[in-house]
Amino acid sequence: MNKTVNQKAWFLVLPVLILVAFSAVIPLMTVVNYSVQDSFGNNQFFWAGLEWFEKMLHDDRMWNALQRQLMFSGIILAIEVPLGVYVALNMPKSGFWASFCLVVMSLPLLIPWNVVGTIWQVFGRVDIGLLGYTLDKLGIDYNYTQDPFDAWVTIIAMDVWHWTSLVALLAYAGLKSIPDAYYQAAKIDQASRWAVFRYIELPKMMGVLMIAVLLRFMDSFMIYTEPFVVTGGGPGSTTTMLSIDLVKMALGQFDLGPAAAFSIMYFLVILAISWVFYTVMTNLDKKGM
Amino acid sequence: MADAIVTRTASSAKTRTGFGLPRINSRAVVMTLYLVFLMLPIYWLMNMSLKTNGEILSSFTLWPRDLTLQNYVTILTDPSWYMGYVNTLIYVVLNTVISLAVALPAAYAFSRYHFMGDKHLFFWLLTNRMAPPAVFALPFFQLYSSVGLFDTHIAVALAHCLFNVPLAVWILEGFMRGVPKEIDETAYLDGYSFGAFFVKIFTPLIASGIGVAAFFCFMFSWVELLLSRTLTTVNAKPIAATMTRTVGAAGVDWGVLAAAGILTIVPGALVIYFVRNYIAKGFALGRV
Repeated sequence: MNKTVNQKAWFLVLPVLILVAFSAVIPLMTVVNYSVQDSFGNNQFFWAGLEWFEKMLHDDRMWNALQRQLMFSGIILAIEVPLGVYVALNMPKSGFWASFCLVVMSLPLLIPWNVVGTIWQVFGRVDIGLLGYTLDKLGIDYNYTQDPFDAWVTIIAMDVWHWTSLVALLAYAGLKSIPDAYYQAAKIDQASRWAVFRYIELPKMMGVLMIAVLLRFMDSFMIYTEPFVVTGGGPGSTTTMLSIDLVKMALGQFDLGPAAAFSIMYFLVILAISWVFYTVMTNLDKKGM
Repeated sequence: MADAIVTRTASSAKTRTGFGLPRINSRAVVMTLYLVFLMLPIYWLMNMSLKTNGEILSSFTLWPRDLTLQNYVTILTDPSWYMGYVNTLIYVVLNTVISLAVALPAAYAFSRYHFMGDKHLFFWLLTNRMAPPAVFALPFFQLYSSVGLFDTHIAVALAHCLFNVPLAVWILEGFMRGVPKEIDETAYLDGYSFGAFFVKIFTPLIASGIGVAAFFCFMFSWVELLLSRTLTTVNAKPIAATMTRTVGAAGVDWGVLAAAGILTIVPGALVIYFVRNYIAKGFALGRV
């Protein structure tokens, strides 16, 4: 759509600007302020320059959390994206069953995150949970509160359960936009199932799939509530993701300086990913999808 | 000959119900397995919510032998429990109203006009949707404490605007760009003022978009725990925070915990049928 230039449109945007400035810019400035100062209590602050940033960059704690975070995001993307596409390919295209699948698949997406945590906390317990009990009876030694590997398996299973549907729904939306004529042409050419997927469905899905990957990456990158409820970041700190670590530092120990420096570096990473996301989105808009 | 063609088109029509995989049965199997995987944990929570604590802990049963609604009664009669739902509802509704009220004009501006810095502003909004709440927990706590809003519903509602306003702007912009610009121009030629045009003509045209945006604001505010827990202690304590404290002296009250969990799923489950075709669009910020 060709838009007209109108500087008065600023007045329409003004309320958003004021509100978001209040809820984002002011707090962010507070964080910047803390990140360059040191305090000995009593609200006395001293200029500390980039000391906290240096300290955090040499701190194993943050690097370990980042490493765990990247591993977590990587694993869930590797599982959720192929699985989501596979599910989308198998979904009925129309009729009652299509609606039925959409409704049931959307359900986990709408459950409060702490309840998602609670569901899996209960589900995985050896004494009262279906999953834990079954695994125990099968003779598999499973205890997510004691064993780091089991804890990881549990939170990854939880995230796959929680979010695969989102990838599937987006991929499904992409598939639905493919005209039937494409399939008919493929049929005339006697294309194999794989060729249909590779040369018709995948290219048409690429745009929405990019959105799905970015959304899942972002949201898993700032995951807090679900693993916090299930494992509390443990056993030890083996499932302590970036957000959990940050909250522990800021609200638990009240280490304002380091926490603020941590926050800013965290935010910069998010900013970079947002930019990729924005570029993808605007390219999609241009293509008119 | 003609018969053969008819049967061939019929059979190909049958296989064309899906995206090109010919075997209907394998699709059904895959979908059934996936849906069962999704439903099992929810079923288990429901199952537990209908059991007594004695049954939960003493025996392992796949369905309640001793069906009881006592856990739900406990929640719906104890103020410290049901006030959690009331508090959550209050700030969620407040947040939805505020977000939509400021997002509607902004989305219209983004979808219709070019103005100085529009692209940067649109991108900046997106970064707020993507911002980790963990970064904002501490500054929010201090900001709202210093202006005397700590532990009020409006504080949580404003805090959730951080990610809901950008979300609403993006979703609404996605819907508005689908409305032809000629409609605006015709209305102005007919002598409508901007306000009258917006309320009488434009709003009905994007009603479904407003519905979707409202739904997603509601949802994201409803599912968030970190900020709402940080900003409240007693008066505005959300149900999510109440749930983290079911651990009493006698251990965890599993039945009540499960019932509370089931009750938080209810609002989403009630409207899910109406938004089923928009879930992907809403999560993708109106861009699918």
